[in-house]
Amino acid sequence: MVLTIVIAVVGVLVLASAGLLVVTRARRGTEARHRAPGVPHAAPSHLRQGPASPAPEGAADAGAVGQVAAGALQLGPRPALRDRLDRARSLFGGYLEQIRARAVDETTFEELEEALILADVGVRTTTALLDDLRSRVRSGEIEGSSGALLGALRADIEGLFAGDSAELATAPPGSGGPTVWLFVGVNGVGKTTTIGKVAAREAAEGRKVVLAAGDTFRAAAGEQLETWAGRAHAQLIRGAEGADPSSVIFDAVQHGAARGADLVLADTAGRLHTKVNLMEELRKVRRIAERPPGKLTEVLLVLDATTGQNGLVQARQFTEAVGVTGIVLTKLDGTAKGGVVLAIRNELGLPIKLVGVGESAADLVEFDPKEFVAALFE
Amino acid sequence: MVFPGSVGGPTNLREPMFDTLTDRFEGILTRLRSRGRLGDAEVNEVLREIRVALLEADVNLAVVRDLVERIRARCSGAELSKSLTPAQQVIKVVSEELTTTLGGEPFKLSYASKPPTVVLLAGLQGSGKTTASAKLARWFKQQGRHPYLAAADLRRPAAVEQLRILGKEVGVPVFSEPTDPVEVSRKALAEAERVGRDVLIVDTAGRLSIDLALMAEVRSISSALRPDYTFLVIDAMTGQDAVSTAKAFNDALELDGVILTKIDGDARGGAALSVKQVVGKPIAFVSTGERVADFDTFYPERLASRILGMGDVLSLIEKAEREYDAGVAEKAAERLQKGQFTFEDFLEQLQQVKRMGPLQGMLGMLPGVPKEVRDAKIEDKDIGRIEAIIRSMTMAERRNPDLLNGSRRLRIANGSGTSTTDVNNLTKQFREMQKMMRTLGPIAGLGRAKARKTARNRKVKGGRVTPSPRGAR
Ligand SMILES: Nc1nc2c(ncn2[C@@H]2O[C@H](COP(=O)(O)OP(=O)(O)OP(=O)(O)O)[C@@H](O)[C@H]2O)c(=O)[nH]1
Ligand SMILES: Nc1nc2c(ncn2[C@@H]2O[C@H](COP(=O)(O)OP(=O)(O)OP(=O)(O)O)[C@@H](O)[C@H]2O)c(=O)[nH]1
Ligand SMILES: [Mg+2]
Ligand SMILES: [Mg+2]
Repeated sequence: MVLTIVIAVVGVLVLASAGLLVVTRARRGTEARHRAPGVPHAAPSHLRQGPASPAPEGAADAGAVGQVAAGALQLGPRPALRDRLDRARSLFGGYLEQIRARAVDETTFEELEEALILADVGVRTTTALLDDLRSRVRSGEIEGSSGALLGALRADIEGLFAGDSAELATAPPGSGGPTVWLFVGVNGVGKTTTIGKVAAREAAEGRKVVLAAGDTFRAAAGEQLETWAGRAHAQLIRGAEGADPSSVIFDAVQHGAARGADLVLADTAGRLHTKVNLMEELRKVRRIAERPPGKLTEVLLVLDATTGQNGLVQARQFTEAVGVTGIVLTKLDGTAKGGVVLAIRNELGLPIKLVGVGESAADLVEFDPKEFVAALFE
Repeated sequence: MVFPGSVGGPTNLREPMFDTLTDRFEGILTRLRSRGRLGDAEVNEVLREIRVALLEADVNLAVVRDLVERIRARCSGAELSKSLTPAQQVIKVVSEELTTTLGGEPFKLSYASKPPTVVLLAGLQGSGKTTASAKLARWFKQQGRHPYLAAADLRRPAAVEQLRILGKEVGVPVFSEPTDPVEVSRKALAEAERVGRDVLIVDTAGRLSIDLALMAEVRSISSALRPDYTFLVIDAMTGQDAVSTAKAFNDALELDGVILTKIDGDARGGAALSVKQVVGKPIAFVSTGERVADFDTFYPERLASRILGMGDVLSLIEKAEREYDAGVAEKAAERLQKGQFTFEDFLEQLQQVKRMGPLQGMLGMLPGVPKEVRDAKIEDKDIGRIEAIIRSMTMAERRNPDLLNGSRRLRIANGSGTSTTDVNNLTKQFREMQKMMRTLGPIAGLGRAKARKTARNRKVKGGRVTPSPRGAR
């Protein structure tokens, strides 16, 4: 069976890739013509070239170096998520307040379902949550008004995150090398910005921070991180454009160890989890980042709160490839609720560590389930 | 980790996503085969499934409701077709509704009578505006125009630098200055007129729809420029929020169209449907990758079948075209069709196919693959076994399987750590495939038109387009 399939698939793909299978448009009268979509990727040898181990010639140019933080950057008091979310309240403002006082009926459930779906919680998680609530209403465990039901739902969701800590792990003192945190994720989610914010926060707390510009691919990614290094008073290690990202990160760790840095924050190029070769590249980045004297303690998946159900797929694939240890949920200052993290927490057990609530250095808060859930229903 | 309440909760959630819509419809509708019409009960059941599928694909809830009602109206009491199963019939209706919603008036671009034609791009942070600006510039160039880029994002670190690099890559000049976005736009327009560039593309900073100050800013940019086209750039991975974002940008800017980005991933892209519905303007372009060439006009049918989670032959073929060495594949295909395909070719092709990703995933993209086949677990070790068997053959045997007598088969089985049954099966299946491929007519929605031509075109196009290091991706 499997054999037949493998053989047949290979056969079909051979024909397809040679252009012998062309999709016919359903429309009558239209020529069955399809342009070869996109230009074939240039490199059939699918891994971007780079030395197998970080070679000295990929050596980062430490020219663009910010000041190592001597004192503290003034960030002011950390903003509460709740404050930052004020602007987002217009959409559902008072929406659930209205149902609070009513008795529980099927409409209540429908309204809750609507709120959860609109928050990107997803049909499966929503159904699981509500089915459970329904049976508890039936058994009399939950009684009273719709308000009580909403309370129970909130508690359930908060309970999902019970026991999680937003703390980021560091290497024990005296372990002979810097702690390394690796930031990964799909394109444009906010990896580089988050690194800038984390660097500012850590430097402000008196740690010596090195940023590794592991995105050697995207136009001006290095310059972007350089600006952040300047803002955060952190040091930047860059490679040449197109350099092997692992070698840049390797250099940054070496450099950090030599200068007695506490923390290396490694940026990576955005990549879709479907790109086999790029995920392979990321595996290698992780392997290199793990090398002593560095201590890789966090692999953080940065997730854009506007992302829908694909977020779960992202989390699964990145975890499979590089062992994600936690989630950073960005852009929660917008109208999107980021509800897909419920499924991510539930199915993959990944804790949410940090939340991005804006574009400046201070716009980073630790994840707080209570505030998150409150925002989910606002 | 405890999921709220019941014992059943967590396990339910961990089940694989869902079978394709067709499978589920088949299940619901098999009972129907003998009867003449779609009854309300069945239609309701099917509509529930459609609702879930659309929501899982990130189509906005309000849009889903609307669609479901339209589908209901067309299905209720509909006469059963003779050629299609009821499930296929419903799928056809759904797919047509989606295609209509997504398609409608195709995007038509006409140039301003007094150049330059001004194009303004706006959208949320990180959606792909800057990349799309450069891609659009390249596209206009290909249309024989002389575009000009303006970098009006002065907020994001290195945004101007990013556009300058991309502009250089596509060979289009970039204007910017460290003043303010409105000023940059105004000057860029004057500059474009002065130097005689006939298209001006303005990249703006990412902004949230609820950021009143920034929304006011982009409105000022728009009034200063009076763009001929304003595009909302939106990420295909966007969830339910797509609607409020699209609405807010449309209210502020009067959009002319949408550019849908990052469709090279595996997001189902339901957001496009929501946006289309809300904005009522066509999806003009799709962005299909990080490189400047990864840009295309929009095909509604493709996205419709993708949103429905039905086999996406097109993506599969695209993938094959990208990852496959076209020359090698072409030769192999020729031999395959002439019945000269050998084990050696097979081994070589298998290596290429493996590069495209897990075989299982590809199977899911093929149309008309029966459920049992799609669900068959193909593991690396299965493929490894096939490879081992072929590797244990001599070159002569690989080229001419007729040589494989009993003793040779035993030797190969021993050499590859398999059994003679395995070897027998492989040779038998291999022969069958040869036969099948030779007689291959149009299969399940695939035809053979323009075969030679397409193959040849690609050969030319297959060369490295961008010499920069970026080309390596
Ligand atoms: N509103 C808001 N914008 C954010 C937040 N985090 C990042 N951004 C913006 O999102 C955009 C993309 O951020 P980047 O940090 O460049 O994202 P990235 O993941 O590094 O992107 P690539 O490297 O291109 O994959 C920028 O405009 C950021 O300013 C956030 O929490 N809120
Ligand atoms: N895979 C993929 N990546 C894309 C696509 N379009 C853009 N990107 C990537 O997405 C990220 C963000 O793209 P940008 O063009 O910087 O996005 P932007 O909207 O200008 O971002 P801001 O200016 O920060 O708001 C970059 O890493 C791009 O390379 C696409 O179609 N596919
Ligand atoms: Mg980045
Ligand atoms: Mg930009």
